[in-house]
Amino acid sequence: MYSLNNVSLNIHEGQIFGLLGPNGAGKTTLISMLCGLVKPTSGHFSIDGLDYQHQASKIKKIIGVVPQEYALYPTLTARENLHYFGSMYGLKGSDLKEKVIEALDLLGLLKFADKQVQTFSGGMKRRVNLIAGILHNPKVLFLDEPTVGVDVHSKTAIIDYLKVLNQNGTTIIYTSHHLAEAEDFCTQIAILDQGQIYAQDTPSALIETTKDARNLEDVFISLTGKALRDDI
Amino acid sequence: MIYKIWMSVVKEFLLLKRDLGGLIILFIMPLVLVITVTLIQDSTFKAVTDSKIQILIVDNDKGSVAKTVFENLEKSNLFTVVTQIDNKPVTEEIAKENVHKGKFQLAIVIPQNLSSDLQAKVDQNVEKIVSNLGLTDSTTTAEPQRIIKEKEVKLYFDPAVQMSFKNAVMSSIDKMISQIETKSIYSTFQKQLGEGTVDFEQKSFITFKEIIPTINNKEVRPNSTQHNVPAWTLFAIFFIVIPLSINIVKEKTQGTFVRLRTNPVSNLVVIIGKTITYSIICMIQFYMMVAVAVFLFPSIGLPSLNIEGHLLMMSVVALFSGFAAIGFGILLGTVASTQEQSAPFGATSVIILAAVGGVWVPVFAMPKIMQIIAKSSPMNWALEAFYDVLLRSVSFLEIIPEISLLLLFFIITTSIALFYDKKKRAV
Repeated sequence: MYSLNNVSLNIHEGQIFGLLGPNGAGKTTLISMLCGLVKPTSGHFSIDGLDYQHQASKIKKIIGVVPQEYALYPTLTARENLHYFGSMYGLKGSDLKEKVIEALDLLGLLKFADKQVQTFSGGMKRRVNLIAGILHNPKVLFLDEPTVGVDVHSKTAIIDYLKVLNQNGTTIIYTSHHLAEAEDFCTQIAILDQGQIYAQDTPSALIETTKDARNLEDVFISLTGKALRDDI
Repeated sequence: MIYKIWMSVVKEFLLLKRDLGGLIILFIMPLVLVITVTLIQDSTFKAVTDSKIQILIVDNDKGSVAKTVFENLEKSNLFTVVTQIDNKPVTEEIAKENVHKGKFQLAIVIPQNLSSDLQAKVDQNVEKIVSNLGLTDSTTTAEPQRIIKEKEVKLYFDPAVQMSFKNAVMSSIDKMISQIETKSIYSTFQKQLGEGTVDFEQKSFITFKEIIPTINNKEVRPNSTQHNVPAWTLFAIFFIVIPLSINIVKEKTQGTFVRLRTNPVSNLVVIIGKTITYSIICMIQFYMMVAVAVFLFPSIGLPSLNIEGHLLMMSVVALFSGFAAIGFGILLGTVASTQEQSAPFGATSVIILAAVGGVWVPVFAMPKIMQIIAKSSPMNWALEAFYDVLLRSVSFLEIIPEISLLLLFFIITTSIALFYDKKKRAV
């Protein structure tokens, strides 16, 4: 029994690629593989022409990762967290400082820059979590449920910021449970279930080609069924 | 890489700065520990030398032996003799009850007729020897000898009294009784051979003198501080295993470790950052303990730590001990998945390492098998290195084997941690 089986994907530069699927479909496993966190038992993948098996360290320099959990040090301030994670990408000095200030400002967090992250709301933590993954201007950005558990304002701020990043040339690969958000945000979508890709196209094409579908949610239900997916 | 290591060190210090509990464990607790333990051990030492232990004596003899026992006990500076409780003479029953209830640590019951029977027994033996030598008066007719039963001086100990104290007291009383017997034998010989004929020297011929090591013609007398400060400093240094392993486990559970795994940074950089940070902490701990032992101890009535000419080498030993502790902490933090695993395991293993390493009981006093095991404890290597420097005043070359073992321990534990992490890493 494999989490993923016979998955083949081509994601083009500049796309906002949504990986959608019910719980346990294999979304996080797939994104973890693409980020180098989980080793595939077979198969291969490459990013920007770099093969992961042999050029992992080069790939890590051009990708950014925003994990589902708040991957931050709670007792450090937002600025301290970002300086640390930015420095791990080789950023330093005034360049690092300016990038941190710019990103914090764009996401409405500059006045909280010197507050400890543990005092932040969920939405604020999500925004800092996002900044920590994009400080080095990655070519490809992986986001695992970047808007889960946040209020509408934070969600809007995050999505708007991601759109700006994409316009500036960052390819985005993201997973989400918010189908309406994905329909509006993604340029390409793959629906994944039981470790396999069920469909892959633009949101509008997926809606058009699915019988009686008015939106992405109808497509999703049509492809994955209505059965509950609880599993332990 | 240097910049990434530097930023890791900065991050670690910031994390520690904001962790009050961690700071207390790292800096305050070791100081409390070393002061408390040295005070206790020093007062125990004083209890045997300065202050006297009350001892119950039940004198059923009323003779010269009992009198000598009384005098010797009083003279020994170890005991104060108590023969009455509430103005009533102490009987064996009362003594037994008081000692077993812990009101007194020791009672000695001197049996009836001990003096007269001892003298009679000695007389019989001496007479036998003298007659065998043909020195008796030929006109004297031999009287039939009465049978004298062996006498038993009973000792009652408080059950809570430690074995080492018990053994020390028993050996001291045994020595005292032997001296009384010897004295009695000498006196009887003197009497048998005729007064004034032979004058026996009853003073001990063999005496003991402790030769204290000297440095620059100054005696360096080991005291409780010289023994305790290195031992408990090491204990504190090794306790770094707990905050360090928790720090690593937290990174895993917080998700920061996952982020670092996706960053273009090797785990080696992260580990070097932690090693530098915690080595600095070890050294701060060490210098704080030394400062307390040198400057604070004399003002609270404890002997000062004599570090004259030793500080540099002591620092080297502390640094390498820190490496060993850090290696262990890194390994534990890497293997453990929760703080509930790492913290109790870390604490217990440090206590075991300390016990095995000879922090509480000297290695030479351990059973054979434990002595062999002790040699494999990094705490033992470090403790021996400290004692070599502080008490045996060895040269740097002589501590190289011990510090090399400590470094090797660090390299092995860190390598295992890196290997384990690599196996768990995906790509």
